[in-house]
Amino acid sequence: MPEWKKPLPTISGETKVFWDGCKKGELIIQKCDTCNDYQFYPRGICSNCWTTDIKWVHSTGRGKVWTYTITYQNRTPGFAEDVPYVLALVELDEGVKMFTNIIECDPKEVKIGMDVEVTFVKANNFITIPYFKPVS
Amino acid sequence: MVNLNHGAAIVGIHEHQTRYAPDKSELQIQGESVIKALEDAGLTKNDVEGLFTASSTIRNSGLNLADYLDMYPKYVDNTTVGGGSFEFHLSHALTAIAAGRIKCAVITYSSLAKSGGISVGTGGVARFGHPRLDPSPDSFEEIYGLTTVGLYAMIARRHMELFGTTSEQLAEVAVAMRRHAGLNPEAQFRDPITVSDVVNSRVISDPLHLPDCCVITDGGGAVVIASPELAKDCKQTPVWILGVGEALAHQGAGKRDLMYIAAKQSHGPAFEMAGVKHSDIDMAMVYDSFTITVIETLEDLGFCEKGEGGQFVSNGRIQLGGELPLNTDGGGLSSNHPGMRGIFLLLEATRQLRHEFEGTERQVPNCNIALCHGTGGALGSRHSGGTVILGRN
Ligand SMILES: [Zn+2]
Repeated sequence: MPEWKKPLPTISGETKVFWDGCKKGELIIQKCDTCNDYQFYPRGICSNCWTTDIKWVHSTGRGKVWTYTITYQNRTPGFAEDVPYVLALVELDEGVKMFTNIIECDPKEVKIGMDVEVTFVKANNFITIPYFKPVS
Repeated sequence: MVNLNHGAAIVGIHEHQTRYAPDKSELQIQGESVIKALEDAGLTKNDVEGLFTASSTIRNSGLNLADYLDMYPKYVDNTTVGGGSFEFHLSHALTAIAAGRIKCAVITYSSLAKSGGISVGTGGVARFGHPRLDPSPDSFEEIYGLTTVGLYAMIARRHMELFGTTSEQLAEVAVAMRRHAGLNPEAQFRDPITVSDVVNSRVISDPLHLPDCCVITDGGGAVVIASPELAKDCKQTPVWILGVGEALAHQGAGKRDLMYIAAKQSHGPAFEMAGVKHSDIDMAMVYDSFTITVIETLEDLGFCEKGEGGQFVSNGRIQLGGELPLNTDGGGLSSNHPGMRGIFLLLEATRQLRHEFEGTERQVPNCNIALCHGTGGALGSRHSGGTVILGRN
């Protein structure tokens, strides 16, 4: 496997379930048992009602591009070689937005409102990263 | 609430002229600026009781600055919420003075962003080295190649989609700032540009072109704030603080509509405290990290309806001679942007309210009330907004 030059996530006790899910090809997000709100990124507290009654639930892994930009310049190693790439905010079916890259398509094809689905890329033996691609 | 309107005044200012200072230290630029600002006020080191500063590069910035200048402030504030930190400092200094804790405060800032070769907008997470990402939020964001420009470009893209805003309308902001920079001998870029120059230039992060992005310079400055009693003894016409408001905006756990920025929350309290209306504002200093920042800020400050910012900035309305002259020093887009720019908003607003440019094209005629709005962080992820309303009388 080639060396992963892009920055890698740091996994903590608070976020391990999410990253373990990615390794298994599952997008797992959080839903509060008290107020029923979904939240993203995962955290140990429901940011809405401040309880700790949080469930991990499977996302449909589908959503729509909320907005995006085609990045032509980024000096960070790994991304510098990758331009132009699409940085996007995707709104999942569950109603929460997450940052991602839209991959497996021509950057110029990306549109706001486009239907996308999650796809996973193995960065190394410990970490797999979720991305999104157009729904086929 | 205690009425803070006229609770303190800006009595001294200094803008460091440098745009490139590889031989100076950041603390040195701050020190030089503080000394000159106190001279401007007719005050001395011994008058300063409050010290306010922010930095993205100096560790323990307030502590190190007090050490460097051998000061023993009894009120210290390092609030660091991005480029607009200094509007927050002004708000806090007002509160501390009105509460009687201190009589005089200094706000100062400097940066060597240019000579340090910091790619503020396009460096990505590696712009300050290659750090281990925090578990959150960094690990859910920086792995996708965020840049500062990109986080504003995403908001510009959605603004275009929802409201039909055009690249030409964004360019109008850059053109206006460049015209104003032409009147400022210290500005980094002074040659006039056209809308067509902007839209035909290199795209940095679609839809933002290079001239849609602020310049990178070195620089710094200082502001001296005094109680009404102390202000009476100062050399300059006091510039009164009429109203302040602070706000933060963030992802809201993935649920906030990011098209509304912190200005939406911060401007109400500021206008209410000041007891003024939008039509009373003679000029405004609106943080212009990117052209889209100005359009979004004008909308959420309430100068126009949501979605109408593109039209609002067109036809010269935000240029000198227009209905709402903006960033008459040339702004971050053309004059200077040393990492954070919030302090320069206060400096130029003060110069306008002092009528320092009387008899020249740069002066806003009969300038009595000015608004500053600092935005720090990034519109696409999380940011701060500080509104300040200043008055001559
Ligand atoms: Zn809850």
